[in-house]
Amino acid sequence: MKLNWFKYASPAAFYPIAGRLIPWFGGLAAVLVLASLLWGFFGTADQLGGSNPQKEYYRIIYIHVGGAWMSMWLYLVLAGWAAIGLVFNTRLSFMMANAVAPTGAIFTFIALWTGAFWGRPSWGTYWDWDPRLTSELILFFLYIGYIALHSAIDDTRRADRAAALLSIVGLVMLPVIYWSINCPDPTQCAALHQRSDPGSIHPSILWPMLGVTLGFWSYSFATAFARLRGIILQREADSAWVSDLLQGESQGEPRGGTVR
Amino acid sequence: MLKTFWSILLRDLTLALRRRTDVLTVLFFFIIVVSLFPLGVGSEKALLRELGPGVVWVAALLASMLALERLFAADFDDGTLEQMLLTPQPLGLLVLAKVLAHWLLTGLPLVIIAPLIALQYQLEDGQTLMMMASLLLGTPTLGLIGAIGAALTLGLRGGGILLSLLILPLYIPILIYGEGAVTVSAIALADSEPYLMLLGALLLLSLILGPWAAAAALRISID
Repeated sequence: MKLNWFKYASPAAFYPIAGRLIPWFGGLAAVLVLASLLWGFFGTADQLGGSNPQKEYYRIIYIHVGGAWMSMWLYLVLAGWAAIGLVFNTRLSFMMANAVAPTGAIFTFIALWTGAFWGRPSWGTYWDWDPRLTSELILFFLYIGYIALHSAIDDTRRADRAAALLSIVGLVMLPVIYWSINCPDPTQCAALHQRSDPGSIHPSILWPMLGVTLGFWSYSFATAFARLRGIILQREADSAWVSDLLQGESQGEPRGGTVR
Repeated sequence: MLKTFWSILLRDLTLALRRRTDVLTVLFFFIIVVSLFPLGVGSEKALLRELGPGVVWVAALLASMLALERLFAADFDDGTLEQMLLTPQPLGLLVLAKVLAHWLLTGLPLVIIAPLIALQYQLEDGQTLMMMASLLLGTPTLGLIGAIGAALTLGLRGGGILLSLLILPLYIPILIYGEGAVTVSAIALADSEPYLMLLGALLLLSLILGPWAAAAALRISID
Protein backbone atom coordinates (compact mmCIF):
# COMPACT_ATOMS: atom_id res chain seq x y z
CA MET A 1 0.00 0.00 0.00
CA LYS A 2 1.31 3.36 -0.89
CA LEU A 3 0.80 5.93 1.80
CA ASN A 4 -0.19 9.30 0.46
CA TRP A 5 1.45 11.82 2.78
CA PHE A 6 -0.01 14.74 0.95
CA LYS A 7 -3.45 13.67 2.06
CA TYR A 8 -2.59 14.94 5.54
CA ALA A 9 -1.30 18.22 4.14
CA SER A 10 -4.92 19.25 3.69
CA PRO A 11 -6.36 21.13 6.66
CA ALA A 12 -9.63 19.20 6.40
CA ALA A 13 -7.81 15.88 6.76
CA PHE A 14 -5.48 17.00 9.51
CA TYR A 15 -8.07 18.74 11.68
CA PRO A 16 -9.61 15.56 13.19
CA ILE A 17 -6.21 13.88 13.58
CA ALA A 18 -4.89 16.87 15.52
CA GLY A 19 -8.00 16.74 17.69
CA ARG A 20 -7.43 13.08 18.51
CA LEU A 21 -3.73 13.63 19.27
CA ILE A 22 -4.15 16.59 21.64
CA PRO A 23 -5.37 14.64 24.72
CA TRP A 24 -2.62 12.04 24.29
CA PHE A 25 0.15 14.58 24.06
CA GLY A 26 -1.41 16.73 26.76
CA GLY A 27 -1.72 13.79 29.13
CA LEU A 28 1.80 12.60 28.37
CA ALA A 29 3.11 16.12 29.01
CA ALA A 30 1.35 16.38 32.38
CA VAL A 31 2.54 12.94 33.53
CA LEU A 32 6.13 13.41 32.35
CA VAL A 33 6.59 16.91 33.71
CA LEU A 34 4.96 16.16 37.06
CA ALA A 35 6.78 12.87 37.60
CA SER A 36 10.15 14.26 36.53
CA LEU A 37 9.80 17.38 38.64
CA LEU A 38 8.80 15.32 41.71
CA TRP A 39 11.82 13.10 41.09
CA GLY A 40 14.05 16.07 40.48
CA PHE A 41 12.90 18.09 43.47
CA PHE A 42 12.73 15.33 46.10
CA GLY A 43 14.65 12.36 44.74
CA THR A 44 17.98 13.82 43.74
CA ALA A 45 20.99 14.95 45.74
CA ASP A 46 20.84 18.11 47.85
CA GLN A 47 24.16 19.24 46.45
CA LEU A 48 25.24 19.24 42.84
CA GLY A 49 28.43 17.16 43.02
CA GLY A 50 30.57 16.81 46.13
CA SER A 51 32.42 20.09 46.44
CA ASN A 52 30.19 22.11 44.14
CA PRO A 53 28.97 25.24 45.88
CA GLN A 54 25.57 25.07 44.19
CA LYS A 55 23.12 24.04 46.86
CA GLU A 56 19.39 23.63 46.59
CA TYR A 57 18.91 26.15 43.84
CA TYR A 58 20.55 24.03 41.19
CA ARG A 59 17.12 22.36 40.89
CA ILE A 60 15.98 25.12 38.57
CA ILE A 61 18.01 23.24 35.97
CA TYR A 62 15.06 20.84 35.50
CA ILE A 63 12.90 23.60 34.06
CA HIS A 64 15.60 25.91 32.72
CA VAL A 65 17.49 23.46 30.52
CA GLY A 66 14.36 21.93 29.06
CA GLY A 67 12.92 25.35 28.31
CA ALA A 68 16.12 26.53 26.65
CA TRP A 69 16.35 23.40 24.50
CA MET A 70 12.75 23.70 23.42
CA SER A 71 13.13 27.40 22.62
CA MET A 72 15.92 26.67 20.15
CA TRP A 73 14.39 23.51 18.76
CA LEU A 74 11.02 25.16 18.18
CA TYR A 75 12.63 28.01 16.23
CA LEU A 76 14.16 25.39 13.96
CA VAL A 77 10.74 23.74 13.59
CA LEU A 78 9.14 27.12 12.89
CA ALA A 79 11.67 28.03 10.19
CA GLY A 80 11.47 24.51 8.78
CA TRP A 81 7.69 24.67 8.32
CA ALA A 82 8.07 28.19 6.94
CA ALA A 83 10.58 26.96 4.36
CA ILE A 84 8.37 24.00 3.39
CA GLY A 85 5.47 26.41 3.03
CA LEU A 86 7.44 28.75 0.78
CA VAL A 87 8.78 25.93 -1.40
CA PHE A 88 5.71 23.68 -1.76
CA ASN A 89 3.11 26.38 -1.20
CA THR A 90 1.18 24.21 1.26
CA ARG A 91 -1.28 26.07 3.43
CA LEU A 92 -0.98 23.74 6.40
CA SER A 93 2.77 24.32 6.81
CA PHE A 94 2.28 28.05 7.29
CA MET A 95 -0.48 27.36 9.78
CA MET A 96 1.86 24.97 11.58
CA ALA A 97 4.65 27.57 11.73
CA ASN A 98 2.12 30.04 13.01
CA ALA A 99 0.88 27.65 15.68
CA VAL A 100 4.39 26.85 16.91
CA ALA A 101 5.60 30.47 17.29
CA PRO A 102 3.82 31.43 20.56
CA THR A 103 4.89 28.18 22.28
CA GLY A 104 8.48 28.85 21.24
CA ALA A 105 8.30 32.40 22.55
CA ILE A 106 6.90 31.15 25.87
CA PHE A 107 9.71 28.63 26.29
CA THR A 108 12.27 31.31 25.48
CA PHE A 109 10.72 33.49 28.13
CA ILE A 110 10.74 30.61 30.63
CA ALA A 111 14.43 29.97 29.94
CA LEU A 112 15.23 33.67 30.49
CA TRP A 113 13.07 33.92 33.60
CA THR A 114 14.45 30.81 35.28
CA GLY A 115 17.93 31.87 34.23
CA ALA A 116 17.43 35.13 36.11
CA PHE A 117 16.20 33.25 39.19
CA TRP A 118 19.23 31.00 39.09
CA GLY A 119 21.53 33.95 38.48
CA ARG A 120 20.45 35.82 41.60
CA PRO A 121 21.81 33.35 44.19
CA SER A 122 24.76 32.10 42.15
CA TRP A 123 25.98 35.22 40.34
CA GLY A 124 24.48 37.77 42.73
CA THR A 125 22.51 39.40 39.95
CA TYR A 126 19.31 38.73 38.07
CA TRP A 127 20.80 39.69 34.74
CA ASP A 128 24.29 39.46 33.40
CA TRP A 129 25.32 39.92 29.79
CA ASP A 130 26.42 36.33 29.63
CA PRO A 131 26.66 35.02 26.05
CA ARG A 132 24.02 32.34 26.56
CA LEU A 133 21.55 34.68 28.21
CA THR A 134 22.10 37.31 25.55
CA SER A 135 21.60 34.94 22.63
CA GLU A 136 18.46 33.59 24.28
CA LEU A 137 17.21 37.17 24.58
CA ILE A 138 17.83 37.74 20.88
CA LEU A 139 16.02 34.52 20.05
CA PHE A 140 13.10 35.93 22.02
CA PHE A 141 13.25 39.11 19.89
CA LEU A 142 13.20 36.98 16.74
CA TYR A 143 10.05 35.16 17.92
CA ILE A 144 8.43 38.49 18.78
CA GLY A 145 9.41 39.86 15.35
CA TYR A 146 7.82 36.89 13.61
CA ILE A 147 4.58 37.19 15.59
CA ALA A 148 4.47 40.99 15.19
CA LEU A 149 5.02 40.90 11.44
CA HIS A 150 2.40 38.21 10.98
CA SER A 151 -0.20 40.07 12.98
CA ALA A 152 0.56 43.41 11.30
CA ILE A 153 -0.42 42.15 7.85
CA ASP A 154 -4.12 41.68 7.24
CA ASP A 155 -3.87 39.63 4.07
CA THR A 156 -3.28 36.08 5.34
CA ARG A 157 -1.37 34.90 2.29
CA ARG A 158 1.05 37.80 2.40
CA ALA A 159 1.37 37.56 6.20
CA ASP A 160 2.26 33.87 5.98
CA ARG A 161 4.87 34.33 3.30
CA ALA A 162 6.43 37.50 4.72
CA ALA A 163 6.74 36.08 8.24
CA ALA A 164 8.10 32.83 6.78
CA LEU A 165 10.83 34.70 4.91
CA LEU A 166 11.67 36.65 8.06
CA SER A 167 12.01 33.46 10.10
CA ILE A 168 14.40 32.01 7.50
CA VAL A 169 16.50 35.19 7.46
CA GLY A 170 16.58 34.95 11.25
CA LEU A 171 17.71 31.34 11.02
CA VAL A 172 20.60 32.29 8.74
CA MET A 173 21.60 35.10 11.07
CA LEU A 174 21.21 33.13 14.30
CA PRO A 175 24.61 31.34 14.15
CA VAL A 176 26.30 34.62 13.22
CA ILE A 177 24.67 36.42 16.15
CA TYR A 178 25.41 33.55 18.54
CA TRP A 179 29.02 33.45 17.50
CA SER A 180 29.50 37.22 17.63
CA ILE A 181 28.13 37.35 21.17
CA ASN A 182 30.11 34.33 22.26
CA CYS A 183 33.31 35.69 20.88
CA PRO A 184 33.28 39.48 20.96
CA ASP A 185 37.06 39.47 20.72
CA PRO A 186 38.05 37.56 17.58
CA THR A 187 41.72 37.40 18.55
CA GLN A 188 41.00 34.99 21.38
CA CYS A 189 38.13 32.66 20.70
CA ALA A 190 38.56 29.89 23.22
CA ALA A 191 35.58 28.44 25.06
CA LEU A 192 34.35 31.31 27.16
CA HIS A 193 32.16 29.32 29.50
CA GLN A 194 31.87 25.78 30.65
CA ARG A 195 30.40 23.32 28.21
CA SER A 196 28.52 20.44 29.69
CA ASP A 197 27.95 17.21 27.82
CA PRO A 198 25.16 14.89 28.95
CA GLY A 199 27.66 12.14 29.85
CA SER A 200 29.24 14.21 32.60
CA ILE A 201 25.96 14.85 34.41
CA HIS A 202 24.99 12.50 37.22
CA PRO A 203 22.27 10.11 36.00
CA SER A 204 19.90 10.99 38.82
CA ILE A 205 19.94 14.59 37.59
CA LEU A 206 20.16 13.82 33.87
CA TRP A 207 17.07 11.57 33.74
CA PRO A 208 14.59 13.94 35.41
CA MET A 209 15.98 16.70 33.19
CA LEU A 210 15.40 14.65 30.04
CA GLY A 211 11.98 13.66 31.38
CA VAL A 212 10.95 17.29 31.75
CA THR A 213 12.29 18.04 28.28
CA LEU A 214 10.23 15.21 26.78
CA GLY A 215 7.23 16.48 28.71
CA PHE A 216 7.81 19.98 27.30
CA TRP A 217 8.03 18.39 23.91
CA SER A 218 4.63 16.75 24.29
CA TYR A 219 3.26 19.99 25.67
CA SER A 220 4.50 21.78 22.54
CA PHE A 221 2.76 19.20 20.34
CA ALA A 222 -0.47 19.55 22.29
CA THR A 223 -0.54 23.36 22.29
CA ALA A 224 0.60 23.63 18.67
CA PHE A 225 -2.15 21.24 17.56
CA ALA A 226 -4.74 23.05 19.64
CA ARG A 227 -3.71 26.38 18.16
CA LEU A 228 -3.56 24.81 14.70
CA ARG A 229 -7.17 23.66 15.00
CA GLY A 230 -8.18 27.18 15.87
CA ILE A 231 -6.27 28.60 12.93
CA ILE A 232 -7.74 26.03 10.55
CA LEU A 233 -11.29 26.83 11.66
CA GLN A 234 -10.65 30.54 11.34
CA ARG A 235 -9.15 30.35 7.87
CA GLU A 236 -11.45 27.71 6.43
CA ALA A 237 -14.55 29.23 7.98
CA ASP A 238 -16.17 29.65 4.56
CA SER A 239 -15.53 26.11 3.35
CA ALA A 240 -18.20 23.42 3.25
CA TRP A 241 -16.53 20.95 5.60
CA VAL A 242 -16.26 23.48 8.40
CA SER A 243 -19.93 24.41 8.19
CA ASP A 244 -20.81 20.69 8.11
CA LEU A 245 -18.67 20.17 11.17
CA LEU A 246 -20.18 23.06 13.06
CA GLN A 247 -23.70 21.99 12.14
CA GLY A 248 -22.98 18.44 13.30
CA GLU A 249 -21.65 19.72 16.57
CA SER A 250 -24.58 22.00 17.29
CA GLN A 251 -27.12 19.26 16.49
CA GLY A 252 -25.33 16.28 17.96
CA GLU A 253 -23.25 16.15 21.10
CA PRO A 254 -21.14 19.30 21.47
CA ARG A 255 -17.52 18.40 22.10
CA GLY A 256 -15.73 20.78 24.39
CA GLY A 257 -17.96 23.78 23.91
CA THR A 258 -19.18 25.39 20.74
CA VAL A 259 -16.75 26.75 18.22
CA ARG A 260 -17.68 30.14 16.95
CA MET B 1 22.16 44.22 -17.14
CA LEU B 2 24.83 46.62 -15.95
CA LYS B 3 23.00 49.37 -17.78
CA THR B 4 19.87 48.76 -15.72
CA PHE B 5 21.95 48.84 -12.58
CA TRP B 6 23.43 52.22 -13.50
CA SER B 7 20.17 53.76 -14.58
CA ILE B 8 18.43 52.77 -11.34
CA LEU B 9 21.38 54.03 -9.32
CA LEU B 10 21.50 57.38 -11.14
CA ARG B 11 17.73 57.75 -11.01
CA ASP B 12 17.62 57.20 -7.25
CA LEU B 13 20.52 59.59 -6.68
CA THR B 14 18.94 62.28 -8.83
CA LEU B 15 15.59 61.89 -7.13
CA ALA B 16 17.17 62.16 -3.70
CA LEU B 17 19.24 65.20 -4.62
CA ARG B 18 16.10 66.97 -5.78
CA ARG B 19 14.81 66.56 -2.23
CA ARG B 20 17.89 67.20 -0.17
CA THR B 21 16.12 67.55 3.17
CA ASP B 22 15.37 63.83 3.32
CA VAL B 23 19.05 63.04 3.13
CA LEU B 24 20.08 65.77 5.52
CA THR B 25 17.55 64.85 8.22
CA VAL B 26 19.14 61.44 8.63
CA LEU B 27 22.57 62.99 8.90
CA PHE B 28 21.45 65.51 11.47
CA PHE B 29 19.57 62.85 13.40
CA PHE B 30 22.87 61.01 13.72
CA ILE B 31 24.73 64.14 14.82
CA ILE B 32 22.09 65.13 17.36
CA VAL B 33 21.77 61.67 18.92
CA VAL B 34 25.54 61.45 19.28
CA SER B 35 25.71 64.96 20.75
CA LEU B 36 23.03 64.18 23.33
CA PHE B 37 25.05 61.49 25.10
CA PRO B 38 27.72 63.75 26.60
CA LEU B 39 24.89 65.92 27.95
CA GLY B 40 23.14 62.90 29.43
CA VAL B 41 26.01 60.99 30.98
CA GLY B 42 28.47 63.77 31.75
CA SER B 43 31.40 65.14 29.80
CA GLU B 44 34.37 63.59 31.55
CA LYS B 45 37.15 62.95 29.08
CA ALA B 46 37.89 59.35 30.09
CA LEU B 47 34.20 58.44 30.18
CA LEU B 48 33.57 59.91 26.75
CA ARG B 49 36.50 58.05 25.29
CA GLU B 50 35.11 54.81 26.61
CA LEU B 51 31.54 55.52 25.51
CA GLY B 52 32.36 56.99 22.10
CA PRO B 53 32.65 53.89 19.92
CA GLY B 54 29.48 52.28 21.24
CA VAL B 55 27.43 55.47 21.05
CA VAL B 56 28.52 56.18 17.48
CA TRP B 57 27.65 52.67 16.38
CA VAL B 58 24.24 52.60 18.07
CA ALA B 59 23.46 56.01 16.54
CA ALA B 60 24.55 54.74 13.13
CA LEU B 61 22.22 51.75 13.52
CA LEU B 62 19.29 54.00 14.41
CA ALA B 63 20.01 56.49 11.64
CA SER B 64 20.29 53.77 9.04
CA MET B 65 17.00 52.29 10.19
CA LEU B 66 15.29 55.66 10.08
CA ALA B 67 16.31 56.06 6.45
CA LEU B 68 15.38 52.50 5.48
CA GLU B 69 11.68 53.19 5.77
CA ARG B 70 11.92 55.27 2.62
CA LEU B 71 13.99 52.80 0.62
CA PHE B 72 11.06 51.37 -1.34
CA ALA B 73 8.19 53.49 -0.02
CA ALA B 74 8.09 56.24 -2.69
CA ASP B 75 8.37 53.77 -5.57
CA PHE B 76 5.74 51.60 -3.97
CA ASP B 77 3.29 54.48 -3.59
CA ASP B 78 3.45 55.68 -7.19
CA GLY B 79 3.51 52.21 -8.74
CA THR B 80 7.08 52.34 -10.05
CA LEU B 81 8.03 49.34 -7.98
CA GLU B 82 5.34 47.23 -9.59
CA GLN B 83 6.70 48.14 -13.01
CA MET B 84 10.19 47.22 -11.87
CA LEU B 85 8.93 43.82 -10.78
CA LEU B 86 7.40 43.27 -14.21
CA THR B 87 10.62 43.95 -16.11
CA PRO B 88 12.66 40.94 -17.22
CA GLN B 89 15.69 42.32 -15.35
CA PRO B 90 16.87 40.33 -12.32
CA LEU B 91 15.13 41.87 -9.34
CA GLY B 92 18.10 41.26 -7.04
CA LEU B 93 20.21 43.58 -9.19
CA LEU B 94 17.60 46.33 -9.02
CA VAL B 95 17.48 45.96 -5.25
CA LEU B 96 21.27 46.12 -5.10
CA ALA B 97 21.27 49.36 -7.13
CA LYS B 98 18.68 50.89 -4.84
CA VAL B 99 20.57 49.85 -1.72
CA LEU B 100 23.81 51.24 -3.14
CA ALA B 101 22.14 54.58 -3.92
CA HIS B 102 20.67 54.55 -0.43
CA TRP B 103 24.06 53.89 1.11
CA LEU B 104 25.75 56.64 -0.92
CA LEU B 105 23.16 59.08 0.42
CA THR B 106 22.88 57.99 4.05
CA GLY B 107 25.80 55.67 4.90
CA LEU B 108 28.72 57.39 3.25
CA PRO B 109 27.96 60.79 4.83
CA LEU B 110 28.20 59.11 8.25
CA VAL B 111 31.69 57.90 7.37
CA ILE B 112 32.67 61.36 6.22
CA ILE B 113 31.49 63.18 9.33
CA ALA B 114 32.90 60.53 11.69
CA PRO B 115 36.01 62.65 12.45
CA LEU B 116 33.72 65.41 13.70
CA ILE B 117 32.05 62.98 16.09
CA ALA B 118 35.44 61.64 17.13
CA LEU B 119 36.41 65.20 18.10
CA GLN B 120 33.39 65.44 20.36
CA TYR B 121 34.36 62.24 22.10
CA GLN B 122 38.08 63.06 22.46
CA LEU B 123 39.16 60.06 20.39
CA GLU B 124 42.77 59.65 19.22
CA ASP B 125 43.75 59.93 15.56
CA GLY B 126 44.11 56.17 15.20
CA GLN B 127 40.69 55.58 16.68
CA THR B 128 39.17 58.17 14.36
CA LEU B 129 40.65 56.36 11.40
CA MET B 130 39.38 53.03 12.68
CA MET B 131 35.93 54.48 13.23
CA MET B 132 35.83 55.62 9.62
CA ALA B 133 37.08 52.25 8.38
CA SER B 134 34.59 50.26 10.46
CA LEU B 135 31.70 52.51 9.41
CA LEU B 136 32.80 52.18 5.79
CA LEU B 137 32.63 48.39 6.04
CA GLY B 138 29.64 48.16 8.36
CA THR B 139 27.08 50.65 7.03
CA PRO B 140 26.58 48.91 3.64
CA THR B 141 25.79 45.71 5.54
CA LEU B 142 23.20 47.59 7.56
CA GLY B 143 21.55 48.71 4.33
CA LEU B 144 21.61 45.23 2.78
CA ILE B 145 20.07 43.51 5.80
CA GLY B 146 17.67 46.39 6.34
CA ALA B 147 16.42 46.19 2.76
CA ILE B 148 14.88 42.81 3.58
CA GLY B 149 12.97 44.32 6.48
CA ALA B 150 11.97 47.38 4.45
CA ALA B 151 10.61 45.12 1.71
CA LEU B 152 8.68 42.99 4.20
CA THR B 153 7.02 45.94 5.94
CA LEU B 154 6.17 47.76 2.72
CA GLY B 155 2.90 49.69 2.95
CA LEU B 156 2.00 48.47 6.43
CA ARG B 157 0.50 50.61 9.15
CA GLY B 158 3.23 51.48 11.66
CA GLY B 159 5.79 49.99 9.32
CA GLY B 160 8.61 52.04 10.81
CA ILE B 161 8.26 50.70 14.33
CA LEU B 162 7.77 47.19 13.04
CA LEU B 163 10.88 47.53 10.90
CA SER B 164 12.98 48.33 13.95
CA LEU B 165 11.58 45.31 15.76
CA LEU B 166 12.47 43.02 12.88
CA ILE B 167 15.84 44.42 11.90
CA LEU B 168 17.60 45.61 15.06
CA PRO B 169 18.18 42.10 16.45
CA LEU B 170 19.82 41.16 13.15
CA TYR B 171 22.14 44.18 13.38
CA ILE B 172 23.80 42.92 16.56
CA PRO B 173 26.90 41.29 14.99
CA ILE B 174 27.74 44.50 13.13
CA LEU B 175 27.32 46.53 16.30
CA ILE B 176 29.60 44.19 18.26
CA TYR B 177 32.40 44.08 15.70
CA GLY B 178 32.14 47.73 14.69
CA GLU B 179 32.29 48.89 18.27
CA GLY B 180 35.01 46.34 19.00
CA ALA B 181 37.23 47.60 16.20
CA VAL B 182 37.14 51.17 17.48
CA THR B 183 37.57 50.21 21.14
CA VAL B 184 40.52 47.92 20.54
CA SER B 185 42.28 50.46 18.31
CA ALA B 186 42.74 52.63 21.41
CA ILE B 187 45.34 50.12 22.62
CA ALA B 188 46.96 49.07 19.36
CA LEU B 189 45.82 49.89 15.86
CA ALA B 190 46.87 46.50 14.45
CA ASP B 191 44.65 44.65 16.92
CA SER B 192 41.59 45.94 15.09
CA GLU B 193 42.40 43.98 11.97
CA PRO B 194 40.41 40.83 12.88
CA TYR B 195 37.36 42.97 13.60
CA LEU B 196 37.61 44.65 10.22
CA MET B 197 38.01 41.25 8.55
CA LEU B 198 34.84 40.00 10.25
CA LEU B 199 32.99 43.15 9.21
CA GLY B 200 34.19 42.51 5.67
CA ALA B 201 33.03 38.91 5.85
CA LEU B 202 29.59 40.03 7.02
CA LEU B 203 29.48 42.53 4.16
CA LEU B 204 30.30 39.83 1.60
CA LEU B 205 27.76 37.43 3.07
CA SER B 206 25.01 40.04 3.00
CA LEU B 207 26.03 41.12 -0.53
CA ILE B 208 25.40 37.57 -1.70
CA LEU B 209 22.25 36.77 0.27
CA GLY B 210 20.74 40.18 1.00
CA PRO B 211 19.52 41.41 -2.41
CA TRP B 212 18.19 37.96 -3.21
CA ALA B 213 16.19 37.77 0.02
CA ALA B 214 14.98 41.36 -0.35
CA ALA B 215 13.82 40.60 -3.90
CA ALA B 216 11.85 37.60 -2.59
CA ALA B 217 10.38 39.82 0.12
CA LEU B 218 9.34 42.42 -2.48
CA ARG B 219 7.56 39.77 -4.54
CA ILE B 220 5.71 38.63 -1.42
CA SER B 221 4.72 42.18 -0.49
CA ILE B 222 3.51 43.21 -3.90
CA ASP B 223 1.68 40.26 -5.41
